[in-house]
Amino acid sequence: MVAQNIFFAIIALAMVASAVRVVTTKNILHAALYLVVVLAGVAAQFIITGAEFTGVTQVLVYIGAVIVLFLFGIMLTRARIGREEHVDGERRWIAGVVALILFAVMTYALVDAFDTEALDAQAVLEPQSTQMVSDAIFHDYLIPFEAVSFLLLAALIGAIVVARRE
Amino acid sequence: MWLNQFLLLGAVLFCIGVYGVLARRNGVMVLMSIELILNAVNINFIAFGAYHGTPIGQVFALFVIAVAAAEVGVGLAIVLLIYRNRSSIDLESVDLLKG
Repeated sequence: MVAQNIFFAIIALAMVASAVRVVTTKNILHAALYLVVVLAGVAAQFIITGAEFTGVTQVLVYIGAVIVLFLFGIMLTRARIGREEHVDGERRWIAGVVALILFAVMTYALVDAFDTEALDAQAVLEPQSTQMVSDAIFHDYLIPFEAVSFLLLAALIGAIVVARRE
Repeated sequence: MWLNQFLLLGAVLFCIGVYGVLARRNGVMVLMSIELILNAVNINFIAFGAYHGTPIGQVFALFVIAVAAAEVGVGLAIVLLIYRNRSSIDLESVDLLKG
């Protein structure tokens, strides 16, 4: 557990630093690449908590597909590759205050509610959690699963219809 | 490992994402900030799943990943359409509905 906590701290620091860069950098391409670091860190945290299937899916879907979509979006909107002024609005101080207040409220609520409750060590070290996940999806959550696949189909067709040239 | 270390990491990512959504005016960068928010939610799902010792947290995280993929596809299509119509993705200039 000590090794896991050390890795958690290292990865969490890298994630927070990269997430701050995602929302503050003036270079849109750098923002996408810092987002890769955050998403990879999230996948690593999933694996630390014993959720290896979700971690692998995170890498496949986010780093493999979503980031490529973002890079295509950057390319097709012909953003300047390089520093760009005017990527931040004028009211970003208000945005910062809102985010800080939100963080203070959430921190207070979380520390108040779950002071030092520990994770279930058995679940973290469970070697067959992928089997349990597939059992849960295809038994208890079969209808939501079908609904999600229908949503993906609808989103695919919708994106084609919206982005198509007349 | 505490539950709270994951929940607080999720809270930090969520608030950074909220700042990005409010402060950015480039449409693609706003979508990136929304991805940060959704990932913060996923961390919470996984942490609570490990806390209760069930795979349900992972199931919901997978659903959120699928919905996020659909969201970014449609969102980028809309941003492309805005770019094609206005030659700019500055969201502060998209104010046709402003009274």
